[in-house]
Amino acid sequence: MFKRGVLLLLTLAGCLGLLLAAGCSQEPETIKIGFNVELTGDIPKVGESAKFTAEMIREEINAQGGLEVGGKKYPLEFIYLDNESKPESAVNATLKLVEQDGVMAMIGPNSSKCAVPAGGVCNERQTPMISPWSTNVDTTKGRPWVFRAAFLDSFQAPVAANFAAKQFNAKTTAVLFDISNDFSKAMADTFKQVWEAKMGPGTVLAFESHGAKEQDFSAQLTKIIAAKPDFFFLPDLYNHVALVVKQARHLGYAGPFMGPDSWASAELMALCGKDCVGQFFSTHYAAAGAQGATKDFIDRYKAKYGYVPDDVAALNWDATHIMLQAIQNVGKIDPDLSAQRKAVRDALANIKQFDGITGKMRFDAEGDPIKCAVVVRIAEDGQFIFTESVCPE
Amino acid sequence: MEYFFQNVLNALQWGSFYALIALGYTLVYGVLSLINFAHGDIFMVGAYVAYFAATMFLGEVGLGPGVTLALIVPLTMLATACVGVALERIAYRPLRRKGAHRLYVVITALMCGLILENGNLALLGASRKSFPELVPTTVYAFAGLSVTNLKLAVIATAVAAFAVLHFIVTKTKIGLAMRGIAWDSFAIPLMGVPPDRIIVFTFILGSGMAGLAGVMFAMAYPVLEPYMGALIGWKAFIAAVIGGIGDIRGAFLGGFLLAFLEIGVAAVFPSTMRDLIAFSVLLVFMWQRPTGVFGVARNQKI
Repeated sequence: MFKRGVLLLLTLAGCLGLLLAAGCSQEPETIKIGFNVELTGDIPKVGESAKFTAEMIREEINAQGGLEVGGKKYPLEFIYLDNESKPESAVNATLKLVEQDGVMAMIGPNSSKCAVPAGGVCNERQTPMISPWSTNVDTTKGRPWVFRAAFLDSFQAPVAANFAAKQFNAKTTAVLFDISNDFSKAMADTFKQVWEAKMGPGTVLAFESHGAKEQDFSAQLTKIIAAKPDFFFLPDLYNHVALVVKQARHLGYAGPFMGPDSWASAELMALCGKDCVGQFFSTHYAAAGAQGATKDFIDRYKAKYGYVPDDVAALNWDATHIMLQAIQNVGKIDPDLSAQRKAVRDALANIKQFDGITGKMRFDAEGDPIKCAVVVRIAEDGQFIFTESVCPE
Repeated sequence: MEYFFQNVLNALQWGSFYALIALGYTLVYGVLSLINFAHGDIFMVGAYVAYFAATMFLGEVGLGPGVTLALIVPLTMLATACVGVALERIAYRPLRRKGAHRLYVVITALMCGLILENGNLALLGASRKSFPELVPTTVYAFAGLSVTNLKLAVIATAVAAFAVLHFIVTKTKIGLAMRGIAWDSFAIPLMGVPPDRIIVFTFILGSGMAGLAGVMFAMAYPVLEPYMGALIGWKAFIAAVIGGIGDIRGAFLGGFLLAFLEIGVAAVFPSTMRDLIAFSVLLVFMWQRPTGVFGVARNQKI
């Protein structure tokens, strides 16, 4: 009995060894890329945009036999994991992609509250990551393995402040933000700083917050409306925007709103309707009136999925293409995964300029792109109309 | 002064939702001593049923918004009553038959809530639904205050629902039977009262109230998501406890009390501290009066 047990164990160990050896020596047949996306939770439309875009890219490249790296074609294998738009789930999804699925690199998460912790994991486990949509400074700061495709809040806040000052002839403002969301809080803080530096201290008349699951904002809004600001800055996610704008109107606020890129979801108008018409927000690209490669992308996306892609889709397109470009630049697929990851990271850091559909971008030493922002106006028919483009000096 | 009265109006609207949901909690607790934690999710089901019924009536059937509203209110209440009764049949009654401890029934209720939430997520997806505007919102402005017709309707509905429930429980025969079961569930069958039938009736009433709250909520805050019932359900439960769970007046009062506290705190202090201060105050209140405003301490019968 005892002997048989030992024999069995030995056989098992032998099998395992063989498997491991086979796993190590064999060259991978596909290029595995992980997608850490918000398919459920607060912002499901963001996850949907990201996944749809990635599927478009995968189908297109695999139809040609795969991505050509060093003269050989490798089919793409994309693995999508839902991070429920929660920080802890984003970390779990990252660990699974990096450790279990053995992906070469990761795209996502999109929202800052997930991208900041997930970026920490990727940096620690030495896996290259690009966040398409995260604008929070901390996502890439001091993390050589983490990159992004979106501009930063520190750039976006002055864009919004300058535009609002000019457009509404505003001297004062009020801010309402989601305290439980990294993006919303950081954006509100940065905006407050920028505005007070520009207009003088005390010109942010009200600075109010709410929680992630709250649906009634009447107390905060009453406070804000009583302060009589010239305009209302709302760095909140699109699902909250729809509620806040409606409730503010019902409480008698008649002035303009201004928002950051978190407004720019294809779902905003479905939820907000006519209440959001005529408002402005800063974002990464404007679908209406786009030309060239951007128009081409919009047309194909629309034909395939039936609606105009939002900025998340466009940024995911760019982020994925930057990653594929880096893999191609490496020039070979190393059977050793960690060596390959290192090579991809170096290739990413070496991309100094990229011509994306959200515009031309240069990358700085931190892995952040230097690119232009646009301000759009929400038109009667729900389209986001290009109003102004602001580029960094 | 305007600022104060505006916030009173805000609190009245928000409190109406707490009160409507707390009424359902308190009814079931009063009769069964069961905390029906699935109640917040029955409220969510109500909002979704109202959404689907409203879009169907408006779109495919082509009815006017007014008729649609008149139809979806009873329809939603009926649907949520069915959900409540189904939960009672599937989850709670078998446990009661087996004489399971109350703790297990509460855990079962929690599970039922999770099943409703995640069932919705799996069936309908995570994407938000936008509730159509049935009644054109008119903003009335007087003396510096803003109030919408919707806000007034919500408050009136809550008061009416309370009045109806209070009448049923205190003035009718079936209400007498409900109070009887609450008093002594072992002796009451001996008087010829069928306990199961009364319990089903209680679930119909309580879940119907949740359905009504769901319709009103969807109209006032027209962004629906699968987890919308969770937090408001928890808070309404707290409201019911503050009022003295098991007492209808308590649920109604507790709902408004909680809303006044929350809105009051946000109006005076920075809104970041809203829940922290509001619930600390409630905690202090519970120290002084653990049975709530109207509750009576009940000693274990030997």
